[in-house]
Amino acid sequence: MFKIVSKKILNPTVMEMDIDAPLIAKKAEPGQFIILRVDDDGERIPLTVAGFDREAGTVKIIFQIVGATTEILSHKNEGDYIQDFVGPLGIPTETDGIQNVCVVGGGVGCAIAFPVTQKLFKLGKNVTSIIGFRSKDLIILEDEFKSNSNEFYLMTDDGSAGQMGNVCVPLEKILSSGKKFDKIIAIGPLVMMKFVVQTAKKYNIPCTVSMNPIMIDGTGMCGCCRLTVGGKIKFACVDGPDFNGYEVDFDEAIQRNKMYQEFEKKAREETCNLFKAEVK
Amino acid sequence: MPTIPNMKMNKNDMKVQDPSVRAHNFDEVALGYDEATAIDEAKRCLNCINSPCVQGCPVKIHIPAFIQKVRECDFEGAYQIIANSSNLPAVCGRVCPQETQCEQKCVRGIKGEPVGIGRLERFVADWHSSHSTEKERCAEPNGHRVAVIGSGPSGLTCAGDLAKKGYSVTIFEALHTAGGVLVYGIPEFRLPKAIVQKEIDKLIGMGVEIKTNVIIGKTLTIDELFADGYEAVFIGSGAGLPNFMGIPGEQLNGVYSANEFLTRSNLMKAYKEKMVTPIMKGGKVAVVGGGNVAMDAARTALRLGAEKVYIVYRRSMEELPARKEEVHHAEEEGIEFKLLCNPVEIIGYKNENDKNDPKNGFVRAIKCIKMELGEPDERGRRKPIPIAGSEFELEVDTVVMSIGTSPNPLIKSTTIGLETNSRGGIIIEENTGKTTKDRVYAGGDAVTGAATVISAMGAGKLAGQAIDEFLMKKI
Repeated sequence: MFKIVSKKILNPTVMEMDIDAPLIAKKAEPGQFIILRVDDDGERIPLTVAGFDREAGTVKIIFQIVGATTEILSHKNEGDYIQDFVGPLGIPTETDGIQNVCVVGGGVGCAIAFPVTQKLFKLGKNVTSIIGFRSKDLIILEDEFKSNSNEFYLMTDDGSAGQMGNVCVPLEKILSSGKKFDKIIAIGPLVMMKFVVQTAKKYNIPCTVSMNPIMIDGTGMCGCCRLTVGGKIKFACVDGPDFNGYEVDFDEAIQRNKMYQEFEKKAREETCNLFKAEVK
Repeated sequence: MPTIPNMKMNKNDMKVQDPSVRAHNFDEVALGYDEATAIDEAKRCLNCINSPCVQGCPVKIHIPAFIQKVRECDFEGAYQIIANSSNLPAVCGRVCPQETQCEQKCVRGIKGEPVGIGRLERFVADWHSSHSTEKERCAEPNGHRVAVIGSGPSGLTCAGDLAKKGYSVTIFEALHTAGGVLVYGIPEFRLPKAIVQKEIDKLIGMGVEIKTNVIIGKTLTIDELFADGYEAVFIGSGAGLPNFMGIPGEQLNGVYSANEFLTRSNLMKAYKEKMVTPIMKGGKVAVVGGGNVAMDAARTALRLGAEKVYIVYRRSMEELPARKEEVHHAEEEGIEFKLLCNPVEIIGYKNENDKNDPKNGFVRAIKCIKMELGEPDERGRRKPIPIAGSEFELEVDTVVMSIGTSPNPLIKSTTIGLETNSRGGIIIEENTGKTTKDRVYAGGDAVTGAATVISAMGAGKLAGQAIDEFLMKKI
């Protein structure tokens, strides 16, 4: 059992938790993920590490409530326990040899983009960060990004905060002005990453993306998280989750992520109804 | 007081659930012998002096001796003899391929059927489990610590053998439940999970500590285990990533590896009502492959409510590697074998008029080509050759690829000095399980790639002996 040391509501659908997991906190690096199971009958879900405190022995997770499991998890409180918490899994984000970097985060993906942003900024690298959300209410980690970047752009789809537009708008502008990056790191919805890669390609800038496909064991056994990268089958849990964005078949990944959409929707509705019934 | 052996040519049948009933439930298929049948079967054993059957057993159970005890109605005595050699009798009695091991060597099999050794082992283990009240005992501690990675058949065997000798053993398991393939791979109807749990509880009773949710190679490294005071390490991390054929359409929704399909159903219990882990149920299912895992996947699909299940295998029934009993059970349950067929493409739905059709991107059919058998290859297996122009489509909703796995890559990638072969298997000395890294031993699928439960147990046993010899010499 793993204790929830703290819980914070970041926006109406996104939550942050620090979990007491000293072994994982000791090893975790930006870009890696954990797998958790809330209770004994729960499913295993992967969540990318959003931070860690090696001394306190805690690992930070930030998650959006999208399905039954995240719904149940969101009802847990400080001091409660979750059944299983295992990691760190996957290969850490490669940061060697980077001087000038642009980190692009979208929605809850910003939670995953932040640790690497912070790491690179602390190493004295030149960091440009662009973060985007649908609207003002959904913004997370704005101050954190701002204070860990040399240049910072906030975008919203509806213009309710920052500038109006998607993350590719400022990216295109910066790149067309002639600015070069050693690398662009994009983390967010698949569609966003697909378009960031297209923009990066146009200017011949290497682009790393963080993939978050459906997983079960997460340890290189079941093969559920397979993707096509450079024409070959790759497994996000052991070969990733970071991949060269130029090589990822995004359309296929988008299709595969829809596999259980209907099931998930129904499962979440049922779970919500259960919680509502409890409140009554 | 030797009595006249029972010279009946055939084994006593074991009761099974009716095929039409069991095809719709996850309860165990085989129901086991009762006492009278077990004694009658035991009387078929000739108690041969040279015991050829023992040579066929990877863990060298004293088979004639335990059968003798059954004959004498001393079932607990029979159990103790088995338990001396095997840590998982109730498991082996159910899933061992006895027909290619102990029973293949049985003298009675020369003329007629061999003694039903597997059925007797199962009977004895189950009798013990429901009658014995004796608690497991911890051996006198010898002060040495050994780490075992993975709680599948090889790890459990190695841990059990060392614990019996007084070692303090910790098993590190990556998943949330101990048991490895016995829990995530083999389905409930062939190996009830309660039985696996009982065997594991026995080991815990013997003092073995099991730490779940620890991934060696990630959470901790092997060198950290040594730094923590463990004196030797056994790697039994099991099979890893599933193989795919590399044909078009394998990334469509509705295509599973057997590992994923079985893990969802077994480990995550998707077969039960109201579980949050989803799985595709119903419709038509094609399972590609001919091994035991393919049979498990096909029969699981059937029980999940499939209206039709096909096994697609590129050779003929004669070459099909699954156990005959499993094939027989599958056929009885109505699974259709499409033999001498090889998939060339998986075809998906594509509604050109409606891009939002929810069926888009899901499997619609599997295209196969008929095969014929050519000359035997160097291993003596006849090579399947495609018959040009014989392609045909099978309409299916789900495809399960069950064509083998490659060893788990996690430990290899984080352990300096641990060498693997071109297929990713850990390189070991055959007789000891010793790897290229000092004080590190390995066995099971992590070494060989996908094989059987009992061969993994044999490897765990061998390594346990080698670790014991090494640590005793050290003093």
